[in-house]
Amino acid sequence: MTLPRRLSTLIVLLTICQTTWAAAVTTNPPDGHRLFSDNCAACHGNDGQGGVGVPLVLPSFLSSVDNEYLRKTIRNGRAGRIMPAFKRFNDAEVDAIVAHIRSLSKAPHAKLSSERIVGDPQHGKRLFAQHCSACHGENGEGGHGTGVTMSRPRNLPILAPALNNPGFLASAEDSMIKHTLMQGREGTPMVSFVKKGLSEKDINDIVVYVRSFEDHAPPASATLLETETPVIVRESPYSVEQTVEKVKTAISGVNMRLIRVMPLDEGYVKEGAESKKGVIVYACDFGFLNKALNVDPRVGLFLPCRITILQTKGKVLVMSVNPKRLSAIFNNSELNRLCEEMTSIYTAIIEEATL
Amino acid sequence: MKKLVSYIPVYLLAALLSTPGFADELLMVRVDHPFPEAMNLLQESIRAHGYTVSRVQRVDVGLTSSGYTTAEYRLVFFGKPAEIKSLPEKHPELAAYLPLNIVIFAEGDDTIILTANPLSLEAFFKDPSLHGQFGRWEKDIRAILNQASANK
Repeated sequence: MTLPRRLSTLIVLLTICQTTWAAAVTTNPPDGHRLFSDNCAACHGNDGQGGVGVPLVLPSFLSSVDNEYLRKTIRNGRAGRIMPAFKRFNDAEVDAIVAHIRSLSKAPHAKLSSERIVGDPQHGKRLFAQHCSACHGENGEGGHGTGVTMSRPRNLPILAPALNNPGFLASAEDSMIKHTLMQGREGTPMVSFVKKGLSEKDINDIVVYVRSFEDHAPPASATLLETETPVIVRESPYSVEQTVEKVKTAISGVNMRLIRVMPLDEGYVKEGAESKKGVIVYACDFGFLNKALNVDPRVGLFLPCRITILQTKGKVLVMSVNPKRLSAIFNNSELNRLCEEMTSIYTAIIEEATL
Repeated sequence: MKKLVSYIPVYLLAALLSTPGFADELLMVRVDHPFPEAMNLLQESIRAHGYTVSRVQRVDVGLTSSGYTTAEYRLVFFGKPAEIKSLPEKHPELAAYLPLNIVIFAEGDDTIILTANPLSLEAFFKDPSLHGQFGRWEKDIRAILNQASANK
């Protein structure tokens, strides 16, 4: 086949594909239920009742936000605060998800204005410190944890949102913040500030102060760790057997409990035929694990500690996954410090064993 | 060279018709079943997709024996014998990620199943020969999770 002929075949094929795809899109509008199930339900629950993610069907929430807030939240996510940004969805898909969320509750839509509210940010700052910072943090960084989850005890039915998060500020109109301050959110610790005795002017001042968070650089709570390498690895001067013993000693040196030592290929070859060149040592500090799971119940993915000893190409390597990857994978800045700590501990074990 | 150029349209077509190149960092599903049933569904699904479950780590047992309260929480390790044998030889640092693992934990009457998307490892392991591998794992794991979370 010559090049021009191939090209014309390609053009014909692409035209057919494009036409078929366009027709499919036109005749089959996005299935909001399916999109929600595939992308949202794991965190927010099949019925939007919440889980790792916040409950969406709370009537006091749905009646205080408009569809644009939901759309922008899906698009922007909340950097460093679990909720990822779903950039890949087209407008029709986002609308379908929003429509599905609305269908889960009979709560009315809020009708909100996009006009900026004016007020005194300095006065708002004083009021914020007095009335808001206990839950939302001194600088609007939000409550700790991942929100509601039924997998372990929680102190609050819902996580106080990070008001200084760029995703929140890009999604919330002033009028939505004001509406929430005026009405409160029944079913959450967020009370009506009118009932607390604040005037409308006071509330406007708080809104203007919250909006002023946009003037600052993204906060630490919206920043995730970056990693250059997915693995912590060192070369051991010892044999595999000796290195395994040294890893075990190093593990006890950092007060971890040794769980198990097993060949890398155990369970994949016949019993007794396992290679002696690859060994995995599992260990755990259950106090640390419990602390990490309370920050984010998903972190068990990289915990307990798994150290792999591998003899290959004349070398013995000792390695583990790099826990710094966790904060980005889970979009959870609260894991940053724990990930740094884990990385230090894993590195210490590996370096002690290969000294 | 001329022969190579003549195949450019075919490569282009293949690229255009392939799956979109985005990678979610996390693959996560909610299973509408209590933990024991969900665990069975997950293991059945892993096996149905040609993988061997080599071990289940009972994280919850370790936690409760240390005095902490938790719902059921396990780690399921799985892989294909040929990959467990060959990949560490060719790509030693990948051994830290083998066998592959999936987290499964109870959340009320539901169960959450999740794992890191293997495709996200492409950013770190630059060897092009691995990229097909990561893509296959991603496709298989998506299928495993979909099957496990499908209502039965």
